[in-house]
Amino acid sequence: MDASLLHAHPFMRMLTREQAERLVPCAREVAFADNVLIFREGAPADTSYLICDGSVALEVHIPGRDAVQVESLHDGDVLGLSWLFPSAQWTLDARSVGRVRAFALRADCLLEQMNKDPVLEAAVLAHMVQALYQRLQRVRLQRLDVYSKGV
Amino acid sequence: MLPTPMRVARVRRETADTVSLLIDAAERPMAFRPGQFNMLYAFAVGDIPISMSGDPERTTEIVHTIKAVGAVTEALCDLRRGGWVGVRGPYGKSWPVDEVKGKDVILVAGGVGLAPLRSAIYHILAHRADYGRLAILVGARTPGDLLFHRELERWNRRDDVTVLVTVDRAGADWRGRVGVVPAVLAEISVDPARTVAFICGPEVMMRFTIREAARRGLTNDKLYLAMERNMKCAVGFCGHCQYGPAFVCKDGPIFRFDQLVSRFWLREI
Repeated sequence: MDASLLHAHPFMRMLTREQAERLVPCAREVAFADNVLIFREGAPADTSYLICDGSVALEVHIPGRDAVQVESLHDGDVLGLSWLFPSAQWTLDARSVGRVRAFALRADCLLEQMNKDPVLEAAVLAHMVQALYQRLQRVRLQRLDVYSKGV
Repeated sequence: MLPTPMRVARVRRETADTVSLLIDAAERPMAFRPGQFNMLYAFAVGDIPISMSGDPERTTEIVHTIKAVGAVTEALCDLRRGGWVGVRGPYGKSWPVDEVKGKDVILVAGGVGLAPLRSAIYHILAHRADYGRLAILVGARTPGDLLFHRELERWNRRDDVTVLVTVDRAGADWRGRVGVVPAVLAEISVDPARTVAFICGPEVMMRFTIREAARRGLTNDKLYLAMERNMKCAVGFCGHCQYGPAFVCKDGPIFRFDQLVSRFWLREI
């Protein structure tokens, strides 16, 4: 695995070099061809993906209807935060759009490292909270449906 | 102040609820600057300000892109080839395409807000060497609501233009971005020292975009907004579009953000 690529990801850049090194054993490079289901709603959430190249569609399936894309993630984004929460189940489907290259961080390994080092834990959680907050802001704007009545 | 009756030369349906009216101005060429608007009068219904969405170099065919959202816009959207429309204008301040020569330009459009920016896009592309990098960021409700999608594809094929499109929601068959347009601004590289942004869309979308622009290091004097208020006379007499000390019709609709930031966040005006 090319650790320098891992360190270049925005998520890892938030950490000190020493903290980032501790997460290297948790990571492996993964690649997905186009239209691959990366994870499925309801399945155990055991991984966080750091997207290096490509796009991932987050989909919700509604019975009797086609899937709806609710968000897409891209280079530099973190895919998969459900492992942070007690149910640890994916709440959406994630599907590759085109070829996707990412680092997969094992959640159990990540949690183990975080439990060992409260400073690392705080740094990881701060980044995750920031990512969640940014997505919350986007969802708020999406919910406003601002284009429905013209400009 | 009297509208001039002009013929509709062509009608181009852009989406289910949006059309472009191409008005024949061969006998009365109309020079305009990117971002300016005309008052369009649907006879017996009323008039409404609509920005020019066509090429400023083409003064004999004036294009307006209109979304049917009310009585006047519905009447305008119902016009057919050969129909008559009253035209008064052009009015208002334009996008500062001369002032920003040499700069990287980011255009951020939400919904039908792409229409007033399209004339700026034509201008920049016609004088491409005068500008740095050009990024066109477009947000729409769904893929079916995207305006000018063929042109967006054509511009995206150019080496000297970045086009990023996002929609608020889409089916699984959509292969583009899903999310809001301010998030797309977070994706592109920005050199704050040499970048300006033109922003046009619903005001709430512009607020979110301004916050993202600030995160990217763009100061208020680098942002230009197209403001919308209830414009009636279009020449600053009637006061309908008063916005603090300014009239949107006369002093705008394009404002540099540092010149209106003190009242932009006020809810009372």
